[in-house]
Amino acid sequence: MSALCACALSLNGCGLDVHRTPAGAEGQQPHIVLQTALPPGGTGAQIAAAATAPEDGQWIRPAKDFASSRFSGLNEITTSNVAQLKPAWTFPTGVLRGQEAAPIVVGHMMYVVTAYPNLLYAFDLSKPGASLKWMYNPKPATSSQGEACCDVVNRGASYADGKIIYATLDNNVVAVDAESGKEVWRTKVGDINKGETMTMAPLIVKDRVLVGNSGGEMGVRGWIKGLDLKTGAVKWTAMHTGPDSVVLIGPSFKPFYKKDQGTDLGVKTWPGTTWQIGGGGMWGWISYDPALDLIFYGSSNPGPWNPEQRPGDNKWTSTFFARRPETGEAIWAYQMNPHDLHDYDGVNESILLDIPWHGSKRGILVHPDRNGYMYALDRATGEVLYANPYVHITSSDSVSLKTGELALNPTKEPKMGKIVRDVCPAAPGGKDWQPSAFSPRTGLMYVPHQNLCMDEQPTAVSYISGTPYVGMDVRMKPGMGGNRGFVTAWNPVTGKPVWRISEPFPVWSGALATAGDVVFYGTMEGWFKAVDARTGAPLWKYKTTSGIIGQPVAFRGPDGKEYVAVMSGVGGWSGAIVAGGLDPRDSSAALGFVGAMRDLPRVTPKGGTLYVFSLR
Amino acid sequence: MCSRFAEPAARAGIVVLVVLALAACSRERRTFHDSPPAASVAAESAKAVRSDSGVSRDGPYGNNAWALSQGKQLFSAFNCVGCHSHGGGGMGPPLMDSAWIYGFEPANIYATIANGRPNGMPAFKSRITPQQTWELVAYVRSMSGQGSKAARTNRSDEMEVRPAEAQTKTEKPVLVTPPPTVTPPAQEGHP
Repeated sequence: MSALCACALSLNGCGLDVHRTPAGAEGQQPHIVLQTALPPGGTGAQIAAAATAPEDGQWIRPAKDFASSRFSGLNEITTSNVAQLKPAWTFPTGVLRGQEAAPIVVGHMMYVVTAYPNLLYAFDLSKPGASLKWMYNPKPATSSQGEACCDVVNRGASYADGKIIYATLDNNVVAVDAESGKEVWRTKVGDINKGETMTMAPLIVKDRVLVGNSGGEMGVRGWIKGLDLKTGAVKWTAMHTGPDSVVLIGPSFKPFYKKDQGTDLGVKTWPGTTWQIGGGGMWGWISYDPALDLIFYGSSNPGPWNPEQRPGDNKWTSTFFARRPETGEAIWAYQMNPHDLHDYDGVNESILLDIPWHGSKRGILVHPDRNGYMYALDRATGEVLYANPYVHITSSDSVSLKTGELALNPTKEPKMGKIVRDVCPAAPGGKDWQPSAFSPRTGLMYVPHQNLCMDEQPTAVSYISGTPYVGMDVRMKPGMGGNRGFVTAWNPVTGKPVWRISEPFPVWSGALATAGDVVFYGTMEGWFKAVDARTGAPLWKYKTTSGIIGQPVAFRGPDGKEYVAVMSGVGGWSGAIVAGGLDPRDSSAALGFVGAMRDLPRVTPKGGTLYVFSLR
Repeated sequence: MCSRFAEPAARAGIVVLVVLALAACSRERRTFHDSPPAASVAAESAKAVRSDSGVSRDGPYGNNAWALSQGKQLFSAFNCVGCHSHGGGGMGPPLMDSAWIYGFEPANIYATIANGRPNGMPAFKSRITPQQTWELVAYVRSMSGQGSKAARTNRSDEMEVRPAEAQTKTEKPVLVTPPPTVTPPAQEGHP
């Protein structure tokens, strides 16, 4: 049955050799191979050369490299010995909310940011048991907890220039001396009284610290900012709504498709002045191509969710941007979801790859959008090379490669006074924030994601500063097949899935790929799992004390050994029922996610523990 | 309208009907402009009180169907629903369960709505009247089955996402401590 479902879900890979491998040990989830003939040399896709670097054993930013590959070149842990992996040391953070951050490793030190109150722990890996060297507490305002839509998470810190830099929930970007733990600078960039919070991990490019705001559910006006690495001073701000002058759209701006061309579309595609409270935050991932000198990222959903209150394309929400890191100047933009109907933020990661394409090499970014399509965009121009479904989609029919337009399914358009049923994917999309990995050895992307649908009904909503601006009742439910999560191996060249692992709960953790041909991910029950990068076959798993929604990383310790680290601690939007102690009788709780997660409290308690694994 | 119950019948029956009728009148009363106690109660701020501060056990409108339905509308109109959903919680805590962080007496809930609370609850006293606040108090309490069952709403105008308030089990409210912010591990032995 699962094989059939996967077949229906893949839409493309199904005429191929589809079979289901035998279920493994007790508790293993079905693992489905959709396409068996993976060439030994891989798919031909490589990490964009300029955006990667030789393996140095460190992990200085959440996505590992500028290409966001999350690939470790370390190969001590392999498919044949990963079964011997054991915890080397653990650390309880004392914070019991969703832990989404990636541990950062610089030299002999490791740094971890917790969920609110955003403590920063520094561990000396050269000491026995990796002793705690210092702890920094940025003391964010307690009231910021009431402005964060989907648990009080933090997606991690980045390292540059001797500083660990991250954003607090109450909109302070802080730079902390990596050696001493002393605050070097602190810049307040947002206002919780307007519903703004910050949860994303900064990307540091040259001397710019790139950050963005959260709050698409609070009527914020979204932005990305470039701060000075030395001082923290804000050097530029690009708004995601409003006139071209503040969106930093100028003469260099060349959108590929006609639908994204025109002047002041950030005003004209909104009724009245609603662009001022129109959402379009930036709480996800940024990639950088040094060869083109462009950063790439997507903006969040428009607000309110009720689409009848904002007729128009609502630019530049749910849009992918290419900008210059020094100045913020926009180079191209592509709006995936004009007039978004279902909370399909555009903030998911993009992995920068060079692929063989119609006989020549093409520099692309691959972006799994919330709307259920895996987009391959030309990095230089924003042209869509393909946009293929990676989950079951009912909300739309296809993406036109000619016009770039998303063909919506009119029967799934929310209208007040009417319940729209079985909208797939649900509001968190085919995939939410949880970042994918890519291995140049297999040429495959490893995509952790969910399989959810929803019923929804818009309600009239008024803007009250600092309160939610949503206007939609939602109840989510498992998608086709009944399992709520997948890990999908995606061939970025053919644009098709290769294998797929079903998980009972949404796979809300990031993925990690290593040169040992092992892929790691965590589950919301608390399993930390290793699978074969070529086949998806299960190799190892370890049960941590709480659900895992963090980002696994690999590094070389001062002792020369390879380690794998991940935070355990359930929460986030999907785990809010546990982290926030929500009531399962209300399926609309947590913006409708509780409807699909009623059984989670029975399988995991809250947590907040760092786990580090090694062989022996 | 209530007089129609006074029809010829057995004496005992009349007594029962009159009692029911009076209750029904209270349930159905519509008060468009009221002056419920406000200032003294709103002054109560951070401290959770277990006494009812001179307000009746269920608050001024806990047994009034019209005020409860007004409260339900206000709960949506003032975006309470965005944080607390339809009682199950989200950004804010659930309201349909037994746990109360800042007190469960009507006066406590009034103060929470009017003055806000430190972990993210905004203050609404500059946006809504004392009467509307009490209507919200009545509705919020009805979410966990408090107040008169007969007065609680039995249906929703929107998509069904939870059992109706009238069908919700009456929870026994308990005062809980706010969620701990953090207990960082001791740093002894480390420089």
